[in-house]
Formats: sequence, structure tokens, C-alpha cells
Amino acid sequence: MSTTVDEMSRRTGAMSSAELSGERESRATVGDVTVANPRMVCRDVDVWYGAKQAIKGVSLDIGKNEVVSMIGPSGCGKSTFLRCLNRMNDTIDGCRVTGSIQLDGQDIYDKGLDPVPLRAQVGMVFQKPNPFPKSIYENVAYGARIHGLTNNKAELDELVSASLQKAGLWNEVKDRLDQPGTGLSGGQQQRLCIARTIAVSPEVILMDEPCSALDPIATAIIEELIDELRANYSIAIVTHSMQQAARVSQRTAYFHLGDLIEVGETNQIFTNPKHRLTEDYITGRFG
Amino acid sequence: MNPSTLLIVLLGLMAFAYHFGRKRAISAAGGVARLNTLHSLPAYYGLYAALWAGIPALLLMGLWVGFQNEILITIVKSELPPEILDGMSSGQIGLIVNDIKNLASGTIVSGVVTPEMQAAADRYTQLDQIARWAMWLAVLAVAVAGMGYAWAKTKPTMRARNRVETIFMVILVIFSSIAILTTLGIILSVLFESLLFFKSVSPLEFFFGTLWSPQTALRADQVGASGAFGAVPLFTGTLMVSAIAMLVAVPIGLMSAIYLSEYAPRRVRSYAKPTLEVLAGVPTVVYGFFAALTVAPVIRELGISLGLDVASESALAAGLVMGIMIIPFVSSLSEDVINAVPQAMRDGSYALGATQSETIRRVIIPAALPGIVGGILLAVSRAIGETMIVVMAAGLAANLTANPLDSVTTVTVQIVTLLTGDQEFDSPKTMAAFALGLTLFVVTLTLNVIALQIVRKYREQYE
Amino acid sequence: MNNARAAGAPPQRTIDIVNASLKRRYAKERRFRLLGLGAVVLGLLFVALLFADIVGKGYTAFQQTYIQLPVTFDASVIDPEGALDPETLRRANYAALIRKAQREVFPEVTARRDTRALGSMISVGASSHLRDMVLADPDLIGTTKEVWLLADDDIDMLVKGHIDRTLPESERRVKDQTLGWVERLESEGRIEKRFNTIFFTHGTSREPELAGIAGALMGSFYTLALTLLFSFPIGVGAALYLEEFAPKNRWTDLIEVNINNLAAVPSIVFGLLGLAVFIGIFGVPRSTPLIAALVLSLMTLPTIIIASRAALKSVPPSIREAALGVGASPLQTQLHHVLPLAMPGMLTGTIIGMAQALGETAPLLMIGMIAFIVDIPSGFTSPSTVLPVQIFLWADSPERAFVERTSAAIMVLLAFLILMNLTAVLLRRRFERRW
Repeated sequence: MSTTVDEMSRRTGAMSSAELSGERESRATVGDVTVANPRMVCRDVDVWYGAKQAIKGVSLDIGKNEVVSMIGPSGCGKSTFLRCLNRMNDTIDGCRVTGSIQLDGQDIYDKGLDPVPLRAQVGMVFQKPNPFPKSIYENVAYGARIHGLTNNKAELDELVSASLQKAGLWNEVKDRLDQPGTGLSGGQQQRLCIARTIAVSPEVILMDEPCSALDPIATAIIEELIDELRANYSIAIVTHSMQQAARVSQRTAYFHLGDLIEVGETNQIFTNPKHRLTEDYITGRFG
Repeated sequence: MNPSTLLIVLLGLMAFAYHFGRKRAISAAGGVARLNTLHSLPAYYGLYAALWAGIPALLLMGLWVGFQNEILITIVKSELPPEILDGMSSGQIGLIVNDIKNLASGTIVSGVVTPEMQAAADRYTQLDQIARWAMWLAVLAVAVAGMGYAWAKTKPTMRARNRVETIFMVILVIFSSIAILTTLGIILSVLFESLLFFKSVSPLEFFFGTLWSPQTALRADQVGASGAFGAVPLFTGTLMVSAIAMLVAVPIGLMSAIYLSEYAPRRVRSYAKPTLEVLAGVPTVVYGFFAALTVAPVIRELGISLGLDVASESALAAGLVMGIMIIPFVSSLSEDVINAVPQAMRDGSYALGATQSETIRRVIIPAALPGIVGGILLAVSRAIGETMIVVMAAGLAANLTANPLDSVTTVTVQIVTLLTGDQEFDSPKTMAAFALGLTLFVVTLTLNVIALQIVRKYREQYE
Repeated sequence: MNNARAAGAPPQRTIDIVNASLKRRYAKERRFRLLGLGAVVLGLLFVALLFADIVGKGYTAFQQTYIQLPVTFDASVIDPEGALDPETLRRANYAALIRKAQREVFPEVTARRDTRALGSMISVGASSHLRDMVLADPDLIGTTKEVWLLADDDIDMLVKGHIDRTLPESERRVKDQTLGWVERLESEGRIEKRFNTIFFTHGTSREPELAGIAGALMGSFYTLALTLLFSFPIGVGAALYLEEFAPKNRWTDLIEVNINNLAAVPSIVFGLLGLAVFIGIFGVPRSTPLIAALVLSLMTLPTIIIASRAALKSVPPSIREAALGVGASPLQTQLHHVLPLAMPGMLTGTIIGMAQALGETAPLLMIGMIAFIVDIPSGFTSPSTVLPVQIFLWADSPERAFVERTSAAIMVLLAFLILMNLTAVLLRRRFERRW
């Protein structure tokens, strides 16, 4: 634990020079990337931003009714990988994805596959709460409206209230559904975004550091919520906080500079990491 | 002996003052070797002297040139035999003064030249000569005096740099106040004449009357002589032309902004956007020509072939072309606000499985709406104030009509018509133009203030 | 349980619903996208249409029809006394020479009315051309020479095809008789189109074939020069003060709001200001570049101030700190370091403001720039007009030949504007700095 600053810089410096050369093969992942009942199966995923490779040969499964957390230092590619899972990277110019990512056996990067229904199946919650500048009700109803999930107003009302209840927000907002979603507090906004996502009944929910902009109390509420959502959904969560990963997830994946270094049961990763880099990160030597 | 020669002489004097102020400072310090005893660099002492030589003299000259005319006229008028001016309206006196000035400068005179007027004109010429000489003398005297003052003040301990900088700052403050002065000038000039106008025509008639025929009688017995100043047909005409313009500009401008910012490939955008913006740089007189000579005939032909009765100066033609002019205005303002909508909004919508158009229509446009509305209000204000297109392509007949194929007239057209051609100051005709100008100014100002406020609020929301 | 069915409905159901409606949603998407594309195309079409219309109407104006006649410089007409007195030469009846030359080419035309029609084929300006020839070279007197003479505007229009020869005579401006003469002259090679120098060297005129834009161009030049002289220092000074020195208080807030609003005040209102204040109170002479420049300066000032402030804002604070740190006074910091760096941006804004001023028409109508002025202005206080106002005046003229001249004048105006805007763009590209 008593690593000096000198040592740290030497180590990271040596690493990054090897990394920057870009000729290195991707590192092999320690631990078992597969699960028994996978919902999403990713194999040898590479992601390029123009000429820069952001993800190198990552393979990972996401199982049914489990929470997978992805941790790692800034710029390690965990968010990039997450955004591949519902093709949100399509909106970024010059981003190229190779390898295979399957949802229920269907390759989501297949030429014929349409990202629109895919995203209805794989929802996403972002780092910064981004409610639409609409009323709370309309925020939750948005997905149902565009997809035509409900047939009448009564069904829609029911869907909105059910989604808000599942997101644990119903009691706080039930009397002001017609007020703008942007008027809520940060934690409430994030739960609104979660409600908005589950209103579409996705199969997988991706969460990109959902609590990084929130205070500890709001964070605790969201973490509880994630745990409850596991009953119905598969969840992949990117987080900066190792405590959070330990609290909410069953499996943890450690990313480092575009590589998936190690995957395993959350308990095992945090108590007995096998790879040196994972251990360094967990023990706080860098990151 | 004209003012511009004096200006050049004055500039020469300032250069001279700069040179000697500098020299004086160096010698006061005791030579080049001992310059460090000076508070400031020698150049600042030079500038100090130059400013003292130039600024008071320039101020005096400006005042003199501005008011010489007024004063001379007052003198000449007071020396006219009183029976000439007896019982004359201010307008007629104005004409006589004009005649005297024209006589003096040797141009053609409208009325008959009486000996009294010739005498007055000679007197004017004489006074003018005296005044010019006096100005030269006074201005040069002030300049030299200023220079002398600076000369006397120049000592090594004088904080020349600080003084020069103070003067500079004062000049900068004056410069930045010119904007305020302009607004004040606009308000006062239109307000003053408008108040005079409302003394002879009641505001009630002006704002609610439906008959506009500003030709006042030259003779009392003329047919249709009584001028009528009911401006409602002008307002409706303005509104109609602006409405047609907005009907063209808003959909095209908004949709092209959406396409260019959300859909177009970068290459297309880099060509299409500047090309569209060319429309904003084309002078309005060119649009007027286009409207009057190309669009109006086409619309007329088209209408006739459909069996419609189209006026040759239809509101439709003017409005259509005005709309084309405003397209880039709407589109660049909308593009700005659309680009200001954070990417997170788009991401949120895409992540729920929305298509691009659903995202645009249901998230981006509602989010950008205040900004877009502000932009449209600015465009409306511009349409209302647009002059050349309507002067050239809309008519002069003040029809109260809702038919866009008819000819209508607008506020700006009437201002131009009333103020060009033969005019006398202080006739109800000219004053009516100022009353229209006041209305135009107040309406556009209100629109601008509201629009800018909305746009500003909107920007803050996403900052 | 009810809730759970609605929200947590089997996933299969959601995806099925989504897939079922996809086709309809994509059709909507395509329609919307097409709508956007249509709007852009329509906008581009308008640009193309506008330019095609102007160029199509105007390009013929750069040529002018001339008629060749064998002119005998008859001494008895030009200089009966043979003294070669320039005053006599100047006053001689050169129109008579042209009439005589026409009689020679058309000996069969004798009726009084017909000879008048024949005479009207040649521009009234042609005789002054002959006069200039004689004054330049008195030896011409007594000789006969084939001379190309300026044709009247109707003939010009006919030769250029703007008057349809197939129309029935009653609907045609040029009558059958004249048409016959023109066709004869054409077959004899006595009609020719030449580059229209008059258009660039003359002031305006009531006769289209004699009307040029030189007067208006000079007027525009003087006006712009003065406008630049007034508005640039004031604009930069005001921007410097507001951006760098002004305390943030109500007064500067007011100035700021004020400038933004002034930028959106209709230009015609500035004309009213000019009329009431500059002409009415200060007695600035009407119809001069001076008054035009005063009005246009006030009009362009907001543009320049706003652009200059943006340029100042883009200079990083570190430059200011560095200068202040070595002991420069705040004003020295600005003048020596910040201003030079912001100058390209300020110049760009100024050029754009000048382009606005060059194209502006409405306020100038109020301050007497629409006077009919033939002479080319010689200074800031000589009566003049400016190019856009000249365009306005010509556009109002009924003669067909003025349409083509108006369009040509517009082409010249647009060429200047494009040049100015290109300069601004290049300046911005050349000096654009990213800090």
C-alpha cells in the first residue's frame, strides 16, 4: 500500500509507452467470461474511433437476472464498451465496431438489424440525468408513445404509474405528474430516467455511471433500485466506485486501457484478484 | 476656406504639437541621457501636447459648423422687413428661408425674387463669409492656446502617461455612448414630430381610422382635398405582407435548419449552408427588383390563367420575395438553437429506441422551441421593417383588404412616399411619416426586446 | 398484479409491437427527411433563380448597339468661318451631320415624318461624340468618314432581341418601317454590338443608352470611405471600452441591450433620424456622401461593435496577464497586445458592416440620395447618389432598356459584395487562431 509517487509514475509510464505503440496484441482475459444463461454474448469486440483503437478484443457475457459491473480507470473503454451494447456508438462519427455482439442469439451488428427495435430491448441510463424538457408524465410515456405500446389513455396512465412505482419515484411525484421533469432533484431525475427506460420493458438495461452526479443518499436509493430491478432485467453498470460495484453487482469486469483484464464473481474480484493490474486498481495503487 | 481645409491644418498642428511636446520633455529632463528622470516616455508628453492642441479646437469647430447655419438664418430672418413674414405659417417661412439660401448659393429659386429677398441673400452671403473667417481664427487660436498650455505644463514630474490615458478613456466612454445617443436621437426625432402630428390629427383617428389619403389640399376648394390619416389599412397591409413572408420563411427556414444540422452529410452542409446564406447578403433593393419585375408578373400570369383577378402589385409577390429574403435569417437562428440542445437529450431519446425524426420532432424541437420562437419574432420584426421590397413591389393604394392578390400598402412604403419628392418640413404629410416611423420603431423594438430576452433565457437554460 | 402486466409485460410483447409498427415509423422518418431536403433544395433553388434571373436580364447590357454611318464633316456646318475657334466647334450643329449621313444611306426616305423616325434611330448622345471627335482632331473637317454611332435604346433592344420582331406592329415598340431599316443596316453590316464603355464611364441619364453607373459608383465609394472613417474607430473604441474597461453596472448593461436592439432596428428608422437630426438640426447638406455616411455609420456601428467584442473575447486572458505582469498599463496592454491579436476579427466584422452599408437603400431615400444627378461626384459634399439607389431609380423607369441596365448594375453591386464577403472569409481563415 505504501507505493511512492515515483514508483507509480514509473510503472504507469512504462505501461503507457508499451500501450501507445499500439502494436501489442490484446491481453488475454483472466477468469471465465461466459455464464450459464446468457442474454448478451460479446466476442472479440474491437472499437475504433477513427484510427484510434478504444476497445481491444473484449469478450463478455451478460446473464439473465444478473448485474454485471464494469470498473476500471478513466479512459479504459468501459463506457465505450457499454455503448456498443445498444449501438449508441452509431451516433458518433467515425466510430467502428468489429467482432460479434449477440442479443438472444441475434447479432446486433448484423447489417440487416435495425437499431431502433434493438434499443427498445436494450435500454440505457446515462451518467448525467437527462430528462426531456417535458412533464414527468410525458417523460415516462415517451417510449410507449413512439413505439405505440399502449392502445388508450387508461393503459398509458397505468404504464406510467407502474414504471414510476418500479423506479421508486411514484410517491414523490404522483401529485405533480404534469410538472416539468427538469424541475426534480438530481436523484429524482435519474430515477425518472430509469422509469422512462423500464416503461419500454427492455430486456437489458445499461447504466453508465448512473450515480456519479448524485449525492450519497440519492445514490443509496438508486443502488437499492438496481438490486430490485435485477428480478426482471439484465443490467450492465459502469461505475467509478468500487464500493458501488461491490454492493450492486454479482459479477465484475475490470477494464484497463481498452482491454478486459479480468472477469469474475464480484466477491472474488474484490477479495482475491488474480491479475496484478486488477489488484493494483482494487487496492488503490492507481486509477 | 472650407471646413475640411481647416481640419487638415488642425491635424498638421497636432503633429507639430506632438513633435515639440516630445522635444520639450526631453530637454526638460536634461537631454536624452537623463530620460529616466521623466515620469513617462517622451512620446506621451508629445501626445499630451497634441491632444491639448487638437481636442478643444475640434470641439469648437464641430459646434461651430453645426450651429453656424441656424444662427445665420435667425439673424437674417430678424433683419427681414417684418411685413414679409406677417401672417405666414411656419412652413411658408421655411420656404422663404430656403429661397434666400438658394439665392445666396446661386441656384434656382422657386418663387419671385423681390429686392428684400435679394438683400437678405446678400446679407446671408456676407455673414457667411464673416463666420467662416471667424471660425478659422477662433479654432486656430484655441489650438495654439492648448498647445501653449501643454508646453507650460510639461515638466519631468508631470504624469503624462496617466493624463493621456485618462483622455483616451474619456474618448472611449464617449464612443460607447454613441449607441445610446443614437437611440435617444431616434426616439426624440420621431417623438417630437409625431407629437406635432398628433396635435392636428387625433391619435384615435390615426390608430383606428380606416381611410388613408394623406394628400392635403394646396387649394381649399380642391376635390378630395381633406387629408385623411387613418392608418389601419397600412397596418393590415404590413401584417399581410409580413404574414405571407413568414409563411414562406418559417417552414423552409426551419426545415432546412433541421436538415442541415441533423441529417446532412458534412460535405453537403459545408456547401449548402454558405450558399443559403448568400440570400442574406443580397441587398434588399435587388429583391425589390426581382419581386417587381419577375415574381409579380409571373404571379399575375398564373392568376389570370386560373381565372383570378390579380393586381400587378399584389401583396403576394412582395410577401413571397420577402419570405425568400428571410429564409437564411430563420434558418441560421434556428440552427443555432438546435445545436444548443445538449447531446444528452438526443442520446436519451435514441436510447429508448426513437428514430431520428421522432427525436427531432418530439424532443429537440420542443426543447429548442423558446429559442426558435425568439428567432421567429426577430424575423417578424425584420419583415415589418423591410422597406425596399414593398416600396418596389407592393402598391401605394391603401386598400383595407384580406385578399393577398390585391394591392396593399405598408407602413414603410408610406414613410418613403411621404418623405421623398417635394416636401416641406412641418406639413402634416411629413409629420405623418414620423408618426408612422414612431409606430414602426415601437413595434419592432418591442418585438426585439421580447425576442432577445427569450433567446437569452433559452441560452442560459442549457449553459 | 394489474400493474405488473402493463409495465412488466412479457418482453416478447414489446418487441413484437415495436417490430409491427416499424414500417410505418420508417415511412414517417423518410417523409420528414425528404421534407428537410426539400426545404434545402427549395432554398438553393431560390438562390439559383435569383442569380439566373438577374444575370439573364442583365448580361446583354455589357454590350451596346452601334450604327455605322458615312459622316461628312461638312465645314459649312461645323466651322463656317474657318477660324477653328473651339467655341464655334463646340456649338456646331452636329445632329445635322448625322441627319445628312442618314439621308445618304437611305436616299429614298424623304417624307418629314419618316426622316424624323429615321433620326430617332440614333441616340441623342451621338452628336456629342462627333463633337468630341472634331475637337480632338480639327483636321477631320471637310472629310468623310465611316463613323460608328451610338444607336437609340429601342434599336438596341431590337438588335439584342428584347423586342420580338414577330409581334404584330401595333404591339411592338419599333414599327415596321424602322424594323425594315434596321434589317437593311444589319444586312449591310452597318450594325454592330460593342463593349458598353458608356455604362462604366457615364453618370446616369434619362436616355438608357447614355446612362452609366460611374456617378453612383463614385458616390458609393465616397460614402463608404467616410462610413469606414467614422464607424471603424468608434466601433473598435466602443468595443474596447465595453469589453475590457467598463465596470459591469446598469449603465453598461443598458448600453449592451441598446446595441443589440439597434442592430435590429429597421434601417428606414435611421433615415428618419438622419432627416430630423442631421439635416433638420445640424444642416448637413442633403444628397451628399457626407449625410449618407453619417446615417450608415450609425447603422453599421452595432455590427462592428458586436463583432469587435467577439474578437476581443477570443483573445485569451493569459496575454493580458502577461502584459500586465511586465508592468504595462491597462491601456498599453490593450493597444500593444490585445488589439493587434483581435484586429483580424474586428476587420472581418467591419468588412461585413461595410457590405451592409454598400447594399443599403431605404434610409438613403429619406435623405435626398434619390435626386437625379447626372454629374459624377467629386467630393464628400458634392451632390451624388449611390449604387443601390441608382438601381432603385432605374428599376422605376419605364423604358425596356433600363431593365437590362438595372440588372447589370445589380451584377456590379453583387460583384462588389461578393468580393467584400470573400475578403472577410479569407481574412477569417487566414488569421483564425485556436488558443
